[in-house]
Formats: sequence, structure tokens, C-alpha cells
Amino acid sequence: MSVAVGVDDLTAWLRRFAEVVHERRDELTALDAAIGDADHGSNMDRGMAAVVAVLDDAPPTDAAGLLKKTGATLVSKVGGASGPLYGTLFLRMAGAAGDGDLDDAAVARALRAGLEGVLARGKAEAGDKTMVDALGPACDALDAGVGAGKPLADALAAAAEAAAQGRDATVPLVARKGRASYLGERSAGHMDPGATSVTMLVEAAAATMGRS
Amino acid sequence: MTVGIVVVSHSRALADAAVELARQMLPGRELAVAVAAGTEDGGLGTDAAAVADAIGQADSGEGVVVLMDLGSAVLSAETALEFLDDDVRSRVTLSAAPLVEGLVGAVVVAASGASRQSVAAEADRGLAPKQAHLSS
Repeated sequence: MSVAVGVDDLTAWLRRFAEVVHERRDELTALDAAIGDADHGSNMDRGMAAVVAVLDDAPPTDAAGLLKKTGATLVSKVGGASGPLYGTLFLRMAGAAGDGDLDDAAVARALRAGLEGVLARGKAEAGDKTMVDALGPACDALDAGVGAGKPLADALAAAAEAAAQGRDATVPLVARKGRASYLGERSAGHMDPGATSVTMLVEAAAATMGRS
Repeated sequence: MTVGIVVVSHSRALADAAVELARQMLPGRELAVAVAAGTEDGGLGTDAAAVADAIGQADSGEGVVVLMDLGSAVLSAETALEFLDDDVRSRVTLSAAPLVEGLVGAVVVAASGASRQSVAAEADRGLAPKQAHLSS
């Protein structure tokens, strides 16, 4: 049975993601220090803290509005490439969300639209050692689960598992996008920070949405 | 009315210094050069909303050429285009030129009243003098 995802669920998801990013910011920054510019944890923490401030102060009252405001906040407050990338993810989700609450299929469609926005913005492909390597498999698993009629919570759990596998599979890859690409072959042997944080995002969704 | 210039950088100090260097080429002449650089708290980073604002400031109706440093500067500038009205967006060029060399070339040509296409083309030629010097 389809469970409607509304503002409360999205708020719980965003707050959970912000908590995890804050708790694990040093881990994200350490991953980024190995192959990038050592700011992914602090950047994402700053961005999500700004999103939480919006949720606390003046949250939009519809799902699409909330997703749009989240995206607009992230493009402004994150600072690094994750700003436009995560920002575009949420802006595209907002565009795909339509009016009112989201049913299971709409959640899957919105996340897929977010992935396509990330692909268009970052011009990364699968295997480039980016967030796409975790988010892509997560979308595939979510589509498959929802398409098979699984409860949303189960489909999101499968998506989180697929994201984690994709994240782990970035370790041997050579980076072809972003700062890490300057390192060439030396980027191999390290887990990608963006794939790690987006796995946290999907895990936070699995922990909060479709459970009512 | 001249083409406006926007500088997008991770660093406010880097952007301001690049603009100062370029403005040396314009003694006594006015040119709209707007900067979107650094995070709100003075750190390193870029902000797509600030880029969109800077484009608005620099645009007099003749269009804008945007020079960027690297990485998120490029992604933030591309994201900023989504925040602009269609008519403004249609007269913005994001330049692939190197920031310092491209900016110097761009301001000189822009101040002369050249078109946006000419300004962007001059920015793209920014590396040529250095390359010619070092290869001879």
C-alpha cells in the first residue's frame, strides 16, 4: 500500500540527514582531505545547518516548496561543488514533486529527477568516482522496489543498501571529476566523499520515510 | 553602455586582487565589474545566488561575461543561470578562459564598447601572449 510522503516526512528526513552529517563531518572531511580540498564535511554541515534553520524558522508548508527551499539554501550556503550539486538535486526533486504529498511512485520519480539534475550539472558518469556512483544504484533499487509493489520503507531500505554498495565500490576507482581528478591514479584506494555523503542522505530517507 | 564583467572565485581576496590588476588597464575609464567570491563567513567557497546577484549588478542591458576560477565556481555560475530571467540569461556568457589572463583581456575590450561575443573571444585568447613568449 502506498504511503503519502508529505512535509512532515521530508522534514524528518532533512533533519536526520543534517544530524548524521554533523556527527560524521570529520569523517567526510578526512575522506576529502585524502583526495580533494578537505572541506566536504564542514561544507555539508554548514549547508544542512542552514536548512535546519529554515525548518525551524519559516518552513514552506508544501512538499515541493520545502524541497525547493532546501535546494536554494544549499546552493547558497555549502560553498563547494556540493552546493550546486546537492542544491540541483533538491531543486529537481521539487520540480518533479508536483502539488501536494508524494505517493511511493512520486518519491521514486523525484529522486530520479534529482539524479538527472546532478548528472546534468556535474557532467559525471557512472564510474567517475562521484556521488553518482551511490545515487544511481539507489535510484535503480528504489524504482525496482516501488515498481514491484514493495512498501516504500522496504524500497528505501534496498536503495540505501544499493547506495552503500556503490559508495564502497568507489574505493578502487580513479577520479575523473572534481578536485580529486587532479590526483589522477593517486585518487585510487580512497572512498569518494560525495558518494559517502549521498549514501547518508539515502540512509536518512530509509530511516524516516514511509514508516507511518 | 558596455558589456559587464563578473568574477567568480572561491576567494574574495583572489577575486579582488584580480580585478585590481585588470583595472590597472583602465586608467580613468569606468567599467562594471562585479565580484561573487567566498562564503558569507569569509571562507573559501562559491554561492550561486551571489553569482546571480552579481550578474544583475553588472548587466546594463548589453550582457555579461563571467570569468571563473575552478571547480565549484563553474558549477555555481551554471546554477546561477537558472535563477535569472530568460532575457538576462540570454545575454550571459560563461567564459572558459583562465581567470587572470582572461579577465585582463576582457576588461580592456569591454571598456572599448565591444560586443559580448568580442569580449568573450578576447578572454579566450588570454593565454596567447604568455604562450607565445615562452615558446619563442
